[in-house]
Amino acid sequence: MDFDITSAVIVMGSLGLVFGAGLAIASKILAVEKDKRVEQIEEALPGANCGACGAPGCGGFAEGVVAGQYPVNGCTAGGSDVAARIAEIMGTDAGDIVRKVAVVRCRGDKDTCVERAIYSGVADCRAAMLIAEGAKGCVYGCLGLGSCVKVCSFDALHMAPEGLPVVDEDACTGCGACVEACPRNIIELIPFDQPVYLGCVSKDFGKSVKAVCKVGCIGCGMCAKENVTADEMITMDGKIPVIHYDKVKNPQTDLANAVEKCPTKSFVVRDLAEKSAP
Amino acid sequence: MFRKKSFRGGAHPHDEKRWSADMAIQEMPLPGTVIIPVQQHIGAPADIIVEKGDAVKKGQPLTKTSKFVSVPVHASISGTVAAVEKRPHPFGTDLTSIVIESDGNDAWAAEPVMNPDYLSLGTDKMVQIIGEAGIAGMGGAAFPSHVKLSPPADKPVDTLILNGVECEPYLTSDYRLMLERPDDILAGLQIIMKILGLTKAFIGIEANKPRAIALLREKCAEKKNIAIVPLAVKYPQGAEKQLIKAVSGRSVPSGGLPMDVGCLVHNVGTAAAIYEAVAMGKPLIERIVSVTGPGVRKPRNIKARIGTPFADLIEFCGGYTQKAAKVINGGPMMGIAQTTIAVPVIKGTSGILVLDERTAAGSDELPCISCARCVDVCPMNLLPNHIAAFIEHNRVEDAQKMGLFDCMECSTCSFICPAKRNLVHYIKLGKALWNEAQKKTG
Repeated sequence: MDFDITSAVIVMGSLGLVFGAGLAIASKILAVEKDKRVEQIEEALPGANCGACGAPGCGGFAEGVVAGQYPVNGCTAGGSDVAARIAEIMGTDAGDIVRKVAVVRCRGDKDTCVERAIYSGVADCRAAMLIAEGAKGCVYGCLGLGSCVKVCSFDALHMAPEGLPVVDEDACTGCGACVEACPRNIIELIPFDQPVYLGCVSKDFGKSVKAVCKVGCIGCGMCAKENVTADEMITMDGKIPVIHYDKVKNPQTDLANAVEKCPTKSFVVRDLAEKSAP
Repeated sequence: MFRKKSFRGGAHPHDEKRWSADMAIQEMPLPGTVIIPVQQHIGAPADIIVEKGDAVKKGQPLTKTSKFVSVPVHASISGTVAAVEKRPHPFGTDLTSIVIESDGNDAWAAEPVMNPDYLSLGTDKMVQIIGEAGIAGMGGAAFPSHVKLSPPADKPVDTLILNGVECEPYLTSDYRLMLERPDDILAGLQIIMKILGLTKAFIGIEANKPRAIALLREKCAEKKNIAIVPLAVKYPQGAEKQLIKAVSGRSVPSGGLPMDVGCLVHNVGTAAAIYEAVAMGKPLIERIVSVTGPGVRKPRNIKARIGTPFADLIEFCGGYTQKAAKVINGGPMMGIAQTTIAVPVIKGTSGILVLDERTAAGSDELPCISCARCVDVCPMNLLPNHIAAFIEHNRVEDAQKMGLFDCMECSTCSFICPAKRNLVHYIKLGKALWNEAQKKTG
């Protein structure tokens, strides 16, 4: 008996057609009812599974939005574009979304802040905190081991050679994963259009700050004085000034005086001109 | 060949006892200032009952507690309270401490008097005295001793083991205590036996201390109810669960306590302190500290007041050698490296180890090569390589499922790892992250 290639093709091809038809019918009969909106929302999301919304990944968030568990503008990483699209899918209004950006509130790098010991353990800030709270002289300062860099899903944080993380503001979505990861609570999310932030979180005063860091805030309270910044835009919380961004109406000018008057030059002014719009 | 009792796993670091083993215990000159941290034990903190400016006398309690799992601290010198503030603590963080400046008189609040009839005190009274004397396990963990001496009725203790193993390299404080004050240890043992109503006890000693074994055997020649058990020289032979396994053959279940298998372990130093408290009414205000290692000029065993700064002890030992590089509270395996020598001796400080450049030199962490040597040596039968890898990749829940909390952080795995992975550090991190997550979810 001789086998010919055409019979094989015919047999295999018809088998394929029969099974394909079977599968097509089965998928129709056994289909699981799934809300189309879930799929649409999932498509609209960034898909980084960063967890900033509180859901376990983007899929969970999409289901949660449809179930009414999460707000339509709950995806901080996606910003206003994604919120608008999800609102459209859900047929509601996205509301206002303020774009936020992470800032590293420490400027004590290898040159400016003293080290009190040599750390040789696991390269993770939270691990260093377990051993004498790390090697840095300042107990409030950045440990520089990059726990924040590791958790960033958007490649927006990089460790500079000077030992401080640098935020790539174009890539930062303000998801806040780094804020959670930092054991010293140095990273803060501020409104994107606010150029000024305080580059220090030390709760110490004067001499004890100077002893460990050249650029730290000494808590003098100059910036919070009425004649420097009006309307309580900056108030003192113990030994550390707090900027109330909701009171700063003209981001470019309102805090300029405080930045100018600060004796330690602890305020950082971000250059907004170069930043692209979200 | 005769095989010494032991446990599964373990490693053989150099014991390095030679630095200070033959140095008799010396008393420190009276320190000018002592720093007494309020929290030196495991358990609830006690309330401070003195203020800045108060005159205090030696042996006077400085804190008071109504909690059961807690012990007070006492003034270790007489003088004035100079400050009540946060000071560096050997655990690494700044903790509230009572700073006392000496008046040079070293006067007792109540001079310890020998009570010849101490054994006829009731057991409740004895436990109360031990609690009030501030005695917390002196092997290092500093768990309040009176709590261990009050086992619940449903968990009767039938085996008492005194821990004279001192398996941690370099340290010799327990060894010197066994050689110089064996009678105090045995008297303390007798008190513990009376409290628990036991007739038999064991003293476990590592076989690298033949003089201590011989001396205690000689002292116990008459007492048939106390057995001296020489144990294999292996780290961590002195860990509670491993000691119980070696001496009694029983295995403490995962997450359980020695009393779950009817055992109780006390350190020899704790026994001596219990004797001083019960027989003489002396609170815990001093302890034996080995100041040792290649980084210190004259390694010694010192009887130091609680609260004496490390700097004073190191100076008493002739200061650093030229190559001194690292100061550790405790031994090289489980001790904690210090960032300042302003930290004080606390109840659990069995030694101050000063390493030199060579012995302190670390090397960079390399990737795990899956050789499983850590698995071979883990005395708790865990998989340190897997647990550490899970934690490294933020999978703390998986690490917890693999017995994260069974790890006692003995560091045998880190010691043996050819890739120099900081396995125990990962595990400590994992425990901290897990506890943090538990707190968050409530």
